[in-house]
Amino acid sequence: MTPRLRRRLVLALPWGWMALFFLVPFAFVLTIAFAEPSEGLPPYAPLLRWSGEATAVLQLNLANFQLLLEDPYYLDAYLRSLRVAAVSATLCLLIGYPMALAIARAPEHRRNLLLMLVILPFWTSFLLRVTAWIGILQDQGWLNGLLLGLGIIAAPIPLLYTDTAMYLGITYCYLPFMVLPLYATLSKLDPSLLEAAEDLGARPWRAFLQVTLPLSLPGIVAGFLLVFIPAVGEFVIPELLGGPGAQLIGRVLWTEFFQNRDWPLASALAIVLLAALVGPIALFQWRAGR
Amino acid sequence: MRGIGRLAIPLGLGFAFLYLPILLMALFSFNDSRMVTTFTGFSLRWYDSLWRNEVLMGALGLSLRIAAISATMATILGVLAGFALARFGRFRGRAGFGAVMAAPLVMPEVITGLSLLLLFVAMESAFGFPAGRGASTIAIAHATFGAAYVAVVVQSRLADFDLSLEEAAMDLGARPWKVFSVITLPLIAPGIAAGWLLAFTLSLDDLVIASFVSGPGASTLPMVIFSTVRLGLTPELYALATLLVVLVGLALGLALRLLRGRSAP
Repeated sequence: MTPRLRRRLVLALPWGWMALFFLVPFAFVLTIAFAEPSEGLPPYAPLLRWSGEATAVLQLNLANFQLLLEDPYYLDAYLRSLRVAAVSATLCLLIGYPMALAIARAPEHRRNLLLMLVILPFWTSFLLRVTAWIGILQDQGWLNGLLLGLGIIAAPIPLLYTDTAMYLGITYCYLPFMVLPLYATLSKLDPSLLEAAEDLGARPWRAFLQVTLPLSLPGIVAGFLLVFIPAVGEFVIPELLGGPGAQLIGRVLWTEFFQNRDWPLASALAIVLLAALVGPIALFQWRAGR
Repeated sequence: MRGIGRLAIPLGLGFAFLYLPILLMALFSFNDSRMVTTFTGFSLRWYDSLWRNEVLMGALGLSLRIAAISATMATILGVLAGFALARFGRFRGRAGFGAVMAAPLVMPEVITGLSLLLLFVAMESAFGFPAGRGASTIAIAHATFGAAYVAVVVQSRLADFDLSLEEAAMDLGARPWKVFSVITLPLIAPGIAAGWLLAFTLSLDDLVIASFVSGPGASTLPMVIFSTVRLGLTPELYALATLLVVLVGLALGLALRLLRGRSAP
């Protein structure tokens, strides 16, 4: 067997699998986004129809995209998703950066344990961790009970089903995705650079702002993207913790698909969502590929 | 070594943020009362009623089966892909291959779920396969994104070892398959185990993709939990969460010990 053939054999299975189950499906989403909804299963009309003598009529239905552009409901959901994801990623960065820096500066034999403590929640059920926040935030929940008991508030304040709850939930669930890439960058920083800065008279804050922070930029970008991209399409957290007004694009897509059974509109929403994420995903890929 | 210093404060607060919700759940899973927020006394009744809850236990069984199958498929695909990305140099189409292998890591779940469902529906009407949707379509979907995670883990594990061991074996006349099975595979075995566990956990945890590609009758654990939570919290869910955290903690601790024991000189 030549080396070339051997390589092709190794590549064939993963390439073939990913092509069939990851790339080809997007072609279907794109096709069905231009279809018309119809009764029956699957609930869309075929694009190509045979019209008598060996001629096919290709009918593209642009109504789905037109609706997405004209109805402010969809545009609002779209912009709100981008905003919520950006704010959540920023919150993760603010909480995660000092954590990652602390772990990177911890004694070497402690680092693995600390990292494991960051990863452990990520390995347990995401859904049940979101559930814990319902117990904390509901009107008869732990937080309201604590505040009432301390006499800080006189009556329970509504916390669950608010934007605050949603931001808390997203930040909580995605925090490990921020800490890990930050740690990876920060732990590789050469400590002698900081020593040099301090020898030259820089105070710790200045050394941090002028040396550590700029050098950790790749980790910041990677962590931000790892939180931002999936958060834009997030469904579970806004559904369980957010209020009825928290119509994010993932939730709208879910409703169109499962409740309204409008597969073509759901596909059009997916295309539009993907279009917004192509830039961030390409950036993530480019950085990951280097 | 610079030491943590005052950074210990944000680190401690961060861990409190991560663990307080989990600790509260664990505490209230031992609550005697049906109330999920007021502690009235110690009891194991919710663990008992969890054990007897046939819907949850049945869903757990299905989820474990799907997770085991999909993690195994993901591991095979991911090891091949990770090996190619780490050891084949700059082969033709490497950039494209790397991009396709990494894309599921960040793709929003609603898009992955919807696109796979549309594929399965189209395949069924064209070839009659897969006939209907359920455990098998969920396993295929989970294997696809699991493979991306395994590939990352295996690739980074391989990047930690230089080629010299493999080259030495080849210089001594070992054939490629022998080099792979005697040298490379044992080197990356901890990475493969970690990748399998990761794919297993991700499959066990997935709600969105499974909801899209599942069919009638196949309700995984997250799907059952999701519909239960929407009706209201029960201490049974806290008991389930506590068991999961303890089991995962033990498994992670064991994995860490294994990794450390193996890489020690």
